[in-house]
Amino acid sequence: MSTDIAVEADGLVKSFKDTKALKGVSFQVPRGKVLGVLGPNGAGKTTAVRILATLLRPDAGRATVAGFDVATQPREVRKRVGLTGQQYASIDEELTGRENLRMIGELLNMRSATAKARAAELLEWFDLTDAADRNAKTYSGGMRRRLDLAASLTGHPEIVFLDEPTTGLDPAKREDMWDVVRDIVGRGTSVLLTTQYLEEADALADDIVVINHGEVIAHDTSENLKRVVGSQTLRVRPADAARGGDVKEILLGLGADGATIGEPRPGEFAIPVTDDAALGHAVARLAQAHIEVTELSLLLPSLDEVFFTLTGERSKPAAAEASEEASA
Amino acid sequence: MTSTATHEVSTIPHGPLDVVRHSWVLAKRSLIKTWRTPEGLIDVTLSPIMFTLLFTYIFGGAIAGSTSDYLPLLVTGLIGQNIAFASVGIGIQLKADMEKGIFDRFRALPISRIAPLFGAALGDVVRGLLLIAVMLGTGYALGYRIETDPVKFVAGCALAILFAMCLAWAPMLVGLIARTERAVQGIVFMTLFPLTFASNAFVPTESMPGWLAAFANANPLSHLVLALRALWNDPAAGPVMSNNGDWVGPVTWTLVWCGIFVVVFAPLAIRAYNRRA
Repeated sequence: MSTDIAVEADGLVKSFKDTKALKGVSFQVPRGKVLGVLGPNGAGKTTAVRILATLLRPDAGRATVAGFDVATQPREVRKRVGLTGQQYASIDEELTGRENLRMIGELLNMRSATAKARAAELLEWFDLTDAADRNAKTYSGGMRRRLDLAASLTGHPEIVFLDEPTTGLDPAKREDMWDVVRDIVGRGTSVLLTTQYLEEADALADDIVVINHGEVIAHDTSENLKRVVGSQTLRVRPADAARGGDVKEILLGLGADGATIGEPRPGEFAIPVTDDAALGHAVARLAQAHIEVTELSLLLPSLDEVFFTLTGERSKPAAAEASEEASA
Repeated sequence: MTSTATHEVSTIPHGPLDVVRHSWVLAKRSLIKTWRTPEGLIDVTLSPIMFTLLFTYIFGGAIAGSTSDYLPLLVTGLIGQNIAFASVGIGIQLKADMEKGIFDRFRALPISRIAPLFGAALGDVVRGLLLIAVMLGTGYALGYRIETDPVKFVAGCALAILFAMCLAWAPMLVGLIARTERAVQGIVFMTLFPLTFASNAFVPTESMPGWLAAFANANPLSHLVLALRALWNDPAAGPVMSNNGDWVGPVTWTLVWCGIFVVVFAPLAIRAYNRRA
């Protein structure tokens, strides 16, 4: 077992009654890196995370976390891992934020004073100091997420599992959460992140595993995956519809070779681009031509499009709303 | 921002005492909640007062000839019954906790699997003590008196609390396997009613048909109630509270039942807890 690998899943299989949640899933998280596990609802992401966090036993296959086998050395694994769940906030709503964090600290064998100091430190970091002494029941969705994440970081874990950390958060809160994740990674922590959003995996992960129906259907870097599933789309809506022709001309100059211009909505023009700098160029050229725009955006392929490309089938409707925009 | 990589956190090394420490941390959690929602204490405060008043004046004359003769029987009997009833709360609380996801956090922490369950039982000690205090206070107001010495009085309290903590594993098991909180309540009460009434808690077992008297005499609650009567109201009772000086008396039997509860229900509860996906 190489020490460069923080998490290794090898052929994980898990069934619940008549559904096969995992049909032999394998992946690795290199030490200090972020692995994004991308997939729609019901793909098996949470099941995989729960197995790695020792909350579930796999029917077959093997997994090691920080070099310890999850089946035979669960206690060693638990000492080194922080878990943040999605559907459930793993905090006690009847306690205050501070009480939650102190309790976790004391359960991790911190001395009372240490647990107290660590709680204060985390509350500060996660911007919860003002709400620290209120019952967690009164917290907003975003605050609960942050408290939950703070709780999983209490013991300075080597490895953090983030199970859909931003599902249900509004875009501004999502960006905040991303900053937190980058911060965690900056401290040398290895992260396994599950998400339904390609944009999120793209923003945070070094490598991406795409799973669907309990199987890995792609495993690559974010860059390569994007190359496979298709390029980004640059979309422009001029304020003055009469400038449509000029806009088309500019877009053609920025688009991928041989790309054609589409008109997704009347008065709006889109073209596939391969260059990340295309948005910047578009801004410059539109300004140069004195064209005012009401909308200018660079869109990543939606999860739905990723799945269509990889499997030829449309993913479940639940994931269909996952079309994400990287607005300028 | 916090300082980076301050991993030399002052921690206590893991060891055999972890279970005790972690259970205590989790018991504190229960106590904080009890403190925040005092209305959750009605079942160990107002309910027993109501029971005492009702039973004393409704049954006292009929069963014991007078209310004052009935009190020594009733106060101990009601303590037994209410300790059993209060255990329902542990099962329901556990069920509610399991739904909330905080138990996932506990299960993902490097703590003993028994700690969350033991902590819940430990947190209930305060409720048990409160119950005994309220019962005795009400009893004293009506004319009940402890007739032995302070040591035996404390021993009686300790025995009742121990019994409560050991019995608690049964409703905890129900809380872990039942599918709704309502089911927990139904199952536990259905079991507790025959256990509390088919006992010596309210009436002497001599008046019952033979088969029922046999059940009532073997009933763990009867042993607890007898032990409390011997410890609090029978200055002549011997070392383990039998009247003939034997070592086998109601206190012994109560301790045996405590052991049986733990040996039977604790492993089942821990197994159910570990199994829960």
